[in-house]
Amino acid sequence: MLDVIAAFVGELRSAGIGISVTEHVDAAQAIGVIALEDRELLRETLAATLVKSQDHRAAFDVAFDIYFSTRRALNAGGEFGDGEFDHAEADDGDDDVLGVGEGVGHRREMSTEELMRMLEDSMLHDDIALRNRVVQESVTRFAGMTPGRPVGGTYYLYRVLRSLDLETLQQRIIEQEGTARAPLGTLQQRLILDDVVRRIRGLKLAIEAEIRRRLVEDRGAEALARSVRKPLPEDIDVMHATREEIHALERSLLPLSRKLAVRLMRKRRHGRHGPLDVRATMRHSLSTGGVPIDPKYKHPRPSKPEIFIIADVSGSVASFARFTLHLVYALGSSFSKVRSFVFVDGIDEVTHHFEEALGPAEAANRVNEEASVVWVDGHSDYGHALSDFHERFSQDVTSRSTVMILGDARNNYHQSSAWVVADLQKRARHVFWLNPEPQPYWNSGDSIIAEYAMHCDSITEVRTLRQLEAFIAELA
Amino acid sequence: MSSRFTGPDVVAEQLRAVDYLPDNAIASTVFLADQLAKPVLVEGPAGTGKTQLAKSVAQITGARLIRLQCYEGLDESKALYEWNYRKQLLRIQASQISGEDQAWSDLEGDIFSEEFLLTRPLLEAIRADDPVVLLIDEIDRVELETEALMLEVLSEYQVSIPELGTVTAKQTPMVFLTSNNTRELSEALKRRCLFLHVGYPTIEREREIIQTRVPGISSELADQVARIVASLRDIDLRKTPSVSETLDWARTLVILGQETVSEHETLETLHVLLKYQSDIDKVRNEFLATKK
Repeated sequence: MLDVIAAFVGELRSAGIGISVTEHVDAAQAIGVIALEDRELLRETLAATLVKSQDHRAAFDVAFDIYFSTRRALNAGGEFGDGEFDHAEADDGDDDVLGVGEGVGHRREMSTEELMRMLEDSMLHDDIALRNRVVQESVTRFAGMTPGRPVGGTYYLYRVLRSLDLETLQQRIIEQEGTARAPLGTLQQRLILDDVVRRIRGLKLAIEAEIRRRLVEDRGAEALARSVRKPLPEDIDVMHATREEIHALERSLLPLSRKLAVRLMRKRRHGRHGPLDVRATMRHSLSTGGVPIDPKYKHPRPSKPEIFIIADVSGSVASFARFTLHLVYALGSSFSKVRSFVFVDGIDEVTHHFEEALGPAEAANRVNEEASVVWVDGHSDYGHALSDFHERFSQDVTSRSTVMILGDARNNYHQSSAWVVADLQKRARHVFWLNPEPQPYWNSGDSIIAEYAMHCDSITEVRTLRQLEAFIAELA
Repeated sequence: MSSRFTGPDVVAEQLRAVDYLPDNAIASTVFLADQLAKPVLVEGPAGTGKTQLAKSVAQITGARLIRLQCYEGLDESKALYEWNYRKQLLRIQASQISGEDQAWSDLEGDIFSEEFLLTRPLLEAIRADDPVVLLIDEIDRVELETEALMLEVLSEYQVSIPELGTVTAKQTPMVFLTSNNTRELSEALKRRCLFLHVGYPTIEREREIIQTRVPGISSELADQVARIVASLRDIDLRKTPSVSETLDWARTLVILGQETVSEHETLETLHVLLKYQSDIDKVRNEFLATKK
């Protein structure tokens, strides 16, 4: 068991979760005092001792399912059972309708329509036992798994989901639930919808777990863990994130910005005093016979930077720009003023969208709909956007301003207009460039970052939330 | 090592008996905390029963609850101990007046003795003779530097006082730290604790919580309340309703004499559940748009 724990800890470490030796020892101690047959207890035990942040829990759960799943299958209770999967056991219930567990010959006889009907039944009555049997059957039937292939199972999952056609299923169930309990107000309709969505989500997770379990049986835990290892939310590359990953990022953005705001506020409040106040010091020195023992300081007036964000929102880097705007506005109180501009080949100010909108997410939507950023053809043109900026807004940039330009500097071979950046550098206190591309790609193809680079205070590669957080913390 | 429980299911059972409904993770972690004599760091959104967990554990173990509420600016003299210097001064003056010619070293030993020590929550928990549960509430509110104060207490269950020496715990107290996760806690602190995330409960568990905590509620109403709240948590609100707000809402509905939740009552009582006008408007639009 200790070997398994050690391997498991190794896997978590390679997934990016820092685990100290003490924590490893704790885990080893902890499994000494619990009953090992209980898989959920083991899971919670290891989680409590090894994973010290909820953000890492998802990665932990994936790894746990892989390392501690061997020969354990879904049982009728809906949770993972602790015994070996037993066909007879699955069959001795009231499941004459199914015949799933009765061996290969019988299995062939069930048609796809029957399977779909069973699935619909299980969803309609929220029958977990039935659902799990359907899951097993449909994975066998549709996934088309080839033994020994070094894959993480995403494709198998896709194949099963495509065959089951969950969207139609969801629609049908909602209709059936609706007619069963008519008449309905909007509230009830909404509740039914949410309920069904939850059931479908459960089904998807069950399918995923089943595929993973079979993959472990096929290739062993370590090999599989390597294939399915996913980056932690703060390490996801924003530019290449999938839709789910973007969603995960959005969720972790809010707590992140809150944390950052608290940290900056503390930084401002502590450890700084203003310049020496000579008058006050002299007056106080009267009580010590004119010897200035106790120096007095003026109240600190930390200057808050004024931020200009100029963001490329063309397809390739849009999501990245959104995150940065999100984060900067969440920190509104740390800056005296934030003005934001977005461009593709034309430029437009979007500050008012953020000021009027209720939340950053809504603001981002409004920016997408209303800002007029396309000048000619909707391909990024840094040259035109920057000279346009210079013409319309550059007189507002003063020595108190910090200018942040976000973009990959892929200019589609247009003019660079780097002189605008040079001019901005003269006017502003700082000019920073954040580039969401990995550094090795800079200046390759149509990227002309080097031309701008010589006029910027720094160029930073910012591809993940962690890097972005570090940069913003430095800035404020 | 102290062992108050024989298994996680016992923990769960006993917590249930005092109207706290634990899930799997909570029961297992409390059990482990007891077995390994380690503090538990409880993290999660506000109003999900983190503080209540410590109180309930104190109740089932028959222990005294010692609570340290953290805030910005909390320091040693408020958390650990302080010398009662007024009393010390008095003692010195008294010895001068009575004309006792006490040697300085005697006097010093005298005024730095336990008699002149004011114990604060952490030291009190360590020195207690009876079983105690120490609750360090909202640890994320103190500065990073102050966290370090607690490390000795958390790992060794002892406090070092320069004038007196080290005070070691006579019995291992159960320690709970809660955090709303407004800042990252230090690695050193996290390493010494077991980690427990208390999130929003599942629909089934929330329904049970409502039924135990709100007397006189019909099971149908409890079920509806739990489902509505679960749906509300799915949409993007400024402040998602917590368990305690859910309970308030359920109580309101019971007082209003509702058997089931209808759209009208939901509209009228939404302010119990949601604390921002913009959230209320949003929910009205999404959930209760009247079709015409």
